[in-house]
Amino acid sequence: MTNNNIKYPDKALSVARLSKNFAGFTAVDAISFEVNQGEIFGFLGANGAGKTTAMRMLCGLSMPTSGSATVAGFDVYTQTESIKKNIGYMSQKFSLYEDLTVRENMQFYGGIYGMTNAFIKEKTIQVLRQLHLEDKANLLVSSLPLGWKQKLAFAVAVFHEPRIVFLDEPTGGVDPVARRDFWNMIYEAAESGITVFVTTHYMDEAEYCDRISIMVDGRIEAMDTPRALKRMYDAASMDEVFLKLARKAVRSGE
Amino acid sequence: MVNVTNISKQYKAGKDKVQALDGISFSVPRGELFGIVGPDGAGKTTLFRILTTLLTADKGEAAIDGLDVIKDYKQIRQRVGYMPGKFSLYQDLSVRENLDFFATMFNTTVKENYHLIADIYEQIRPFEKRRAGKLSGGMKQKLALSCALIHKPAVLFLDEPTTGVDAVSRKEFWEMLQNLKKAGITILVSTPYMDEAARCDRVALMQAGKVMSINSPAGIIAQFGKKLYAVRASKMHQLLRELKKFEGADDVYPFGEFHHVVMKDKGNGHLLKAHLSGYHDSELEIKEAVPDIEDCFMELMKTI
Repeated sequence: MTNNNIKYPDKALSVARLSKNFAGFTAVDAISFEVNQGEIFGFLGANGAGKTTAMRMLCGLSMPTSGSATVAGFDVYTQTESIKKNIGYMSQKFSLYEDLTVRENMQFYGGIYGMTNAFIKEKTIQVLRQLHLEDKANLLVSSLPLGWKQKLAFAVAVFHEPRIVFLDEPTGGVDPVARRDFWNMIYEAAESGITVFVTTHYMDEAEYCDRISIMVDGRIEAMDTPRALKRMYDAASMDEVFLKLARKAVRSGE
Repeated sequence: MVNVTNISKQYKAGKDKVQALDGISFSVPRGELFGIVGPDGAGKTTLFRILTTLLTADKGEAAIDGLDVIKDYKQIRQRVGYMPGKFSLYQDLSVRENLDFFATMFNTTVKENYHLIADIYEQIRPFEKRRAGKLSGGMKQKLALSCALIHKPAVLFLDEPTTGVDAVSRKEFWEMLQNLKKAGITILVSTPYMDEAARCDRVALMQAGKVMSINSPAGIIAQFGKKLYAVRASKMHQLLRELKKFEGADDVYPFGEFHHVVMKDKGNGHLLKAHLSGYHDSELEIKEAVPDIEDCFMELMKTI
């Protein structure tokens, strides 16, 4: 994918030899990569490979030990608050307030990110229409089926129109139809120029990314388009590529 | 070994009622590895809680090894092993203390049934003195499985043991289950991952409290009943839009590196190829495909 984005001519993510040590343990070991604006970037790795630690640094939640990185143009050491304002985040575990209605969740997140009332009002109508939730706007989130919750959570994560959205296993446990609806939303967000940084345990979803990186023991062991990776590792599917690489792992667990 | 007849269970959620299980029936013979495959909210956990006597059904009957889940619950608890989806061991006890505790609770010793867990437990034995709460996810899983097995249960219930676990660890876990099956233990395992269905002797595909189909993995695939094509090109999202215009398709959706096109009853490949004849892409590839469990699941979802 070429970087011809006019609004943001620079890279969405630019990471060079980024590392994180915890008391003698190197969780992330000098990883380097760049992600273009509007790209769907799959961030894969076995449990314990260092994905979560890397993501926390990129979201401005954890200070790196060494190396450099800019996220949405901001420095991960000195501009963490600006990073937080310019990214969206969603995980399978937490994203919405179950005791607030669909509309209230949008208003709440819009408010947190400092959006104007006029923006929130307009955007709420737009998102409700896009998700076909117009008649469910005043229902508590807890009453929605999981597939709907996940789609709403994604819409809320990009509500403030961030440059980048981080998705941490967004589709775990979701039924196969809802999972595909979810990916359709990811495609639409990417087409609108939002960069998508996503982790998943579903290897078929790895195929839907523009590029993939695979972490093994804190390092990025491979990074390319799904097609190129399959060719490189002489594999029929991304599942096979992943197994060939992740089996090399020495360390285990989270 | 396990007999379930017309089980239903309803929950109240605020003002709403949720039908967690809606007339479920199936039976599992001794020694089978039986999978319950479905997304979150399908009713898998409720079913397991009823079968392990932790919850009572509103309607229907269930028996384990001829024992009724209501009348004979005490005896059943002696004979089943249960590994809940959420880690439920004592976090403040060490690995070894947890194992000893469960053995003692069931009036047995670790030594007596060690052969059952040896392959699994040896992997965490170097960490025997560590508190369970301080273990990694993979190690917790192995300890929980060891504790569920230490009293040599006749039936083992595993509720989503591989959820959130990476592809490599998932493979290893299923290999452990194959070994337990060889030891003669009947295993019921639930999973939201469709690809794991292939590793079971038989599976029940569940959605919204109902069983949509019960069969061997091959049997489920054989019941698909429609022609399926796999199509790919250089620009997959654009291709998907084009395929959605194809009137000969019953359904079109992404499927890994291909898009799958489910044909209407008498549809054939010529119609599809004709539709794409004006689609210019040097990498365009169209081939007939064998359905996967996930294709079957989505097809069955339309019927409920």
